[in-house]
Amino acid sequence: MKGAIEVNTERCKGCSLCIIACPQKVIALANKVNLHGYPYVEAVNEEACVGCASCGIVCPDGCITVYRKKVEE
Amino acid sequence: MDRNQIVQPENIVCKKPTLMNDNNMHYCPGCSHGVVHKLVAEVIEEMGMADKAIGVSPVGCAVFAYNYIDIDWQEAAHGRAPALATGIKRTWPDRLVFTYQGDGDLACIGTCETIHALNRGENIVIIFVNNAIYGMTGGQMAPTTLIGQKTSTCPYGRDPEIHGYPLKMADIAAQLEGTCYVTRQSVESVASILKAKKALRKAFEASMAGKGSSLVEFVSTCNSGWKLTPAKANEWMKENMFPFYPKGDLKDTTSL
Amino acid sequence: MAEKGEVVLMKGNEAIAHAAIRCGCDGYFGYPITPQSEVIETLAELKPWETTGMQVVQAESELASIYMVYGAAGAGKRAMTSSSSPGIALMQEGITYMAGAEVPGVFVNVQRGGPGLGTIQPSQGDYFQATRGGGNGDYKVIVLAPSSVQEMADFVDLAFELAFKYRNPAMILSDGVIGQMMEKVVLPPFKPRRTDEEVIKECPWASTGKPKNRERVVITSLELKPEAMEKRNIALQEKYAKIQENEVRFEQKQMDDAEYAIVAFGSAARIAEKSVEIAREQGIKVGLFRPITLFPFPEKQIAELSKKVKGILVAEINAGQMVQDVRLAVNGAVPVEQFGRLGGIVPDPEEIVNALKKVM
Repeated sequence: MKGAIEVNTERCKGCSLCIIACPQKVIALANKVNLHGYPYVEAVNEEACVGCASCGIVCPDGCITVYRKKVEE
Repeated sequence: MDRNQIVQPENIVCKKPTLMNDNNMHYCPGCSHGVVHKLVAEVIEEMGMADKAIGVSPVGCAVFAYNYIDIDWQEAAHGRAPALATGIKRTWPDRLVFTYQGDGDLACIGTCETIHALNRGENIVIIFVNNAIYGMTGGQMAPTTLIGQKTSTCPYGRDPEIHGYPLKMADIAAQLEGTCYVTRQSVESVASILKAKKALRKAFEASMAGKGSSLVEFVSTCNSGWKLTPAKANEWMKENMFPFYPKGDLKDTTSL
Repeated sequence: MAEKGEVVLMKGNEAIAHAAIRCGCDGYFGYPITPQSEVIETLAELKPWETTGMQVVQAESELASIYMVYGAAGAGKRAMTSSSSPGIALMQEGITYMAGAEVPGVFVNVQRGGPGLGTIQPSQGDYFQATRGGGNGDYKVIVLAPSSVQEMADFVDLAFELAFKYRNPAMILSDGVIGQMMEKVVLPPFKPRRTDEEVIKECPWASTGKPKNRERVVITSLELKPEAMEKRNIALQEKYAKIQENEVRFEQKQMDDAEYAIVAFGSAARIAEKSVEIAREQGIKVGLFRPITLFPFPEKQIAELSKKVKGILVAEINAGQMVQDVRLAVNGAVPVEQFGRLGGIVPDPEEIVNALKKVM
């Protein structure tokens, strides 16, 4: 399985619960803030993403859209 | 495989629920309310009840719940949501009627309405977000604050001599004849979130089947009030809240 | 159950219950309190949930009652409660919430003596509570003051009509005399409860369940942005001005040639009717002006009246409440005096006549 995420950076509040939930160390806090002044998260290691959706499930603000596609051999 | 092949609409496995609109939620970063809101939106959508759901929001941090989930809502006075829900469900029996309340709303000022609506077996679901503190007003002691826990009105820790004891509302609810489903859940991990969603769905279905009242308690965090990071607040909750407010079903007569 | 046009004998409280069922009320949510427990008792006996589908719930308190009404009325249904003075005191928060959220709840106050727990005997001591409001903020409740069992029966439908016309809480301000006395009454004909579809059509503002083709409805009195809140309040004030312009109701008896006027509402007006008779027999040219709506208060009509008479006696069973509104309307044109009894004592007609003579 290969995965990818899209983060709604204006909705993200930088709570970092997704970072802790991710088993693949895909996500980290970006060195930027959004319009509301919150630091937001981004995928820094997306090659490792398997699309388990742990991040999207624990996100309190519903910021993360998770994609998953089976790798054809 | 390049990213563009993965990022396609047919490959979505998780997204913001459709019933949750684009308004940014005002809750603190990491607040359990956000996750519970997502579950409420998802379950209503999956049940196909979006046009028949009526929620009653509390006084507390979730006072603006009505801004985030696209169903009809009523704003209740502090503690009175179960009374409003009674009035709505009695006159609109085919609607999905639920309240969404915090610990001050449900277990302090609203204790009477909570117990009586549950005891009458009103076909409603009472959602109880219990984080053992008054978040909206700045972190005061709640009826569910733990012994020894520090808040702004018990800065040296809750002392039973002065402050009395914390209240276990789910245990009280489980004793009442009118309840059909009483459960405690949490939303800090993927596993607990998935379990919690099932519990919420069970409660909503029981209310639509006329089985009586349900109380779904979500043992939650208030990282602002507890003065911890969201991650540390989850740890504190697991170490201190879970032993006192144990998770699981306290009563389930929904299959009878 | 009496049929249309049939004259029956019953208490005022019982008439409220019968009229509620007949006007298509969807839900009554109440709590026992003397002197009005007959309302819920009569409803419980009549079992309308088996005939019209009207819900009758004995709530755990007056607090719960008013909020059950709020919930049902906020969802567009005809919902009502009844209580007496101390119970209405408990309901004040719910009433201001209804006013702020524009919820058309209906409630009945069968007044008893106060203050506090007071007495179970009648009084009119809640005029201020009804018209000034014990809840917070700038709001008004439509107030109807029956003075007969017939009006108790007639005002239930009227209260609902006005409440829904203006999306405003409405109250029937009765008292222990009217609630407990038995009189002949012609009960209103049966009007069916509205169907769900009719409710949705009539009340697009109500929280009935959001279909795809409209925005969500939120019934709330909360607005944190000051500019928006001011707009809301201004709109409410404009609504109250419309009500004042269009909905004043009153009754006059023997005012055409009157040199003096007694102004009275509710049971005091019934007593004052006799006082007018007695005074006329003694050669005093006095008439009775009876406000039927206390909000909107018939200020224009009383101002007009004050140009024709030499003095006004306000007869009310309290320490002086409606007299303030009469004095405002009269604006110093003629002397205005007040007569009342307190503590649950109901005055005799002669007492009012004697008080009138003091005005003259």
